[in-house]
Amino acid sequence: MLTDNFTHDSDESFDLIKVIDMHKYFQNNHILKGINFELQPGKLVAIIGRSGCGKTTFLRCLNCLEIMDSGTINIAGVTLNRKNSRDHNVSDKRFGLFKKLKPFQEVDKTESMDEDFQIKTQVLRTRVGMVFQSLNLFPNLNVLDNVMKAPLIVKKESLSQAQLRSIQLLEKVGMDSFIDRMPSQLSGGQAQRVAIARALAMSPKLMLYDEPTSALDPELVEEVIQVMLNLKKEGMTQIVVTHSMSFAKTAADLVVFMDQGQIVEIAPPNEMFSNPQDQRTRDYLKLLLD
Amino acid sequence: MKLKFQIIIIFLLALVSLEAQSKKKIRFAADAEGNAPYIYQNPNNPKELIGFEMDIVKALCDQMGYEYEFVQNQWDGLVPGLLRDDYDIAINGIEVTKERERVVDFSASYYRTFEQILVKNDRNDIFTLEDLRGKKVGALKSSVAEKILQSVHGIKLLSYDAEVSAIADMENDRLDAVLLDHPIALYNAGWNTKIKMVGKPIGEVVYGIAIKKGREDLLFEINEALKQITKSGKLREILQTWNMWNYIMAVYSQDPSESNISPDKYQTYIKAQTKDFTWKDYLARQISYLPQFGEAAIVTMEISLLSMVVAILLGLILALVRVYAPKPISILAILYIEIIRGTPLLIQLFFIYYALPSLGIKISPYFAAVAGLGMNYAAYEAENYRAGLFAVPKGQMEAAISLGMTRGQALRHIIIPQAVRLVIPPITNDFISLLKDSSLVSVITMVELTKLYGQISNANFDYIGTGLIVAAIYLLLGFPFVRLSQVLEKRYTFENRKNKVIV
Repeated sequence: MLTDNFTHDSDESFDLIKVIDMHKYFQNNHILKGINFELQPGKLVAIIGRSGCGKTTFLRCLNCLEIMDSGTINIAGVTLNRKNSRDHNVSDKRFGLFKKLKPFQEVDKTESMDEDFQIKTQVLRTRVGMVFQSLNLFPNLNVLDNVMKAPLIVKKESLSQAQLRSIQLLEKVGMDSFIDRMPSQLSGGQAQRVAIARALAMSPKLMLYDEPTSALDPELVEEVIQVMLNLKKEGMTQIVVTHSMSFAKTAADLVVFMDQGQIVEIAPPNEMFSNPQDQRTRDYLKLLLD
Repeated sequence: MKLKFQIIIIFLLALVSLEAQSKKKIRFAADAEGNAPYIYQNPNNPKELIGFEMDIVKALCDQMGYEYEFVQNQWDGLVPGLLRDDYDIAINGIEVTKERERVVDFSASYYRTFEQILVKNDRNDIFTLEDLRGKKVGALKSSVAEKILQSVHGIKLLSYDAEVSAIADMENDRLDAVLLDHPIALYNAGWNTKIKMVGKPIGEVVYGIAIKKGREDLLFEINEALKQITKSGKLREILQTWNMWNYIMAVYSQDPSESNISPDKYQTYIKAQTKDFTWKDYLARQISYLPQFGEAAIVTMEISLLSMVVAILLGLILALVRVYAPKPISILAILYIEIIRGTPLLIQLFFIYYALPSLGIKISPYFAAVAGLGMNYAAYEAENYRAGLFAVPKGQMEAAISLGMTRGQALRHIIIPQAVRLVIPPITNDFISLLKDSSLVSVITMVELTKLYGQISNANFDYIGTGLIVAAIYLLLGFPFVRLSQVLEKRYTFENRKNKVIV
């Protein structure tokens, strides 16, 4: 089993997440300019900032949907390290008959990495759950299959075990009475709760959310937030990229403000919103309040 | 005991050799499409092939003690097919010319005749070759008639695959005249009141039996047998029953005698063509074709289905290689797709069937047809699959990968099932198109629906009725697949599928 190579000694005070000097470029745009970040287990963190500040890219780098160009990530016992290499972004610029177009070329970027890096990425992803703004449920599978597909084929769980656990998780998000529905028959909020259960099915140590409620109708937002708060009570570590200040204020333990590819300020919500330390934070919050 | 055993062995051996001897068979090729009086379908019994050449083959084989087997091939393909050993001899009004003699051997001639001018009944301005200057004249392609017309300056020559097509064009005023071998002229002008034969005999045409070079023993046997049936009067008898004995043959076989053998078979043919059909007769005739059309439909269906299986599997491989294989290999897939898509299927079939044997690869017509169609359509299917893969939203791959799936797992379990649904309609489309393109395999000796249509309609001159039957058969063949596609689309729809919960 791959996971055995990367287990950490379970020291209570370990940093679940440690990011050192993370840089990311898109072509010539310097998107992340040296992110340093540490996080203890069990916290719910909200990342806020203007559009284009790099908060979503940062989140996607944490489970290697984007691959940082340099820096170190240590998450849940897996350490990834890259030194100033921008090679993977070199796309085939030749035109003509032999220009190779691959579907999802832009998705799996580990292809050009060495094998060690690929294996580590694979392990990392099984320990980090991700929930997308655009839901991304598998439309050809019903609710239960959506949740148990990954345990079945990645963890090779038995069908009965996977079903049992999946139904429990769907119960947890309040979707256990919908197991036979197809994704197209669900409301946005219901679909997002299934997506959370799907991510939880891999038993992640960390959950990432990329604007999980911004595609939802306002009246459906609350049911999703409630699920996240329940997870927080159970001690799940969660990082949420959000535009919703009220969510950051009421639900988060810590708020991270990012601007122009850097983390400007990290503080508990009451401090962040009542007494921001940095001028850029103040400007941003003022803009929102006006 | 031992002796007894030996006797049994000897007896068995004798049986085997007897068996082998009785199976000694000559495979002879001709094109049964539109060739009265050569070899054509009996209008009164479409399952039977008749014609004066059929009678000659029978007489020769009786003489030599052989059995015979008929192989259908396109007329222009008769000599090439001989070279790839698809049959032993070709006999179908093949004129002995220097060009042909360079490629194959010819037996002594079994019939000699002349070229004849044919015009519409109301023409009174054409009697000689000279009169044809400035006129549009039709002829069979690569025939002696064509060559004669080419040698006269100022004739607008049009070449045809079959004489009957040229005659039909003349009836419709697209041609002024047709120059053709006398027997065909006779067999058309004999009943068709819209046309007439004019002028004197032109040139001389010599028909020989074509045999692959290097088969001197067979050539010798055939020539001997020909001599025998000429001497015994059998050949003359055959030709006279078909109303084909002429002055050239009289001189050639030094047989100027009068004879009272009546041209029965000619008259039967003419009667069949001029018979007034009642609706009942007409229906009965159409129904009598059905068993043959059934067989041809099975050939069409078999070839189409097998080619489609080849196309679907090879296409999937090509698509995956093109998209996911490392560059040098994926370039091969791209080259394959572009070359196959960019060249005519007809040429690919000719290449597989006639060109590959000269490189030492010989395959049966059936296999060549399936391989040709399958490999051609694989290129199109590959692009369908590729389109399907690209059409699945990229978020699906992201979600699968973020759950820890490898790209292979994500493709297999998440992406391809979604892509399959997307490509069902275009693949069905291609299958129906393939069903009809399968008619092209008639160029490599396969008798399928379209070829049979040509054969029957050129024999009974009923292009409409027979055509409607064939069109209906194609429609019926395609329809189940349209339905299947609808069922599959429903099956792969993204709605309402239940799990069996086992906990």
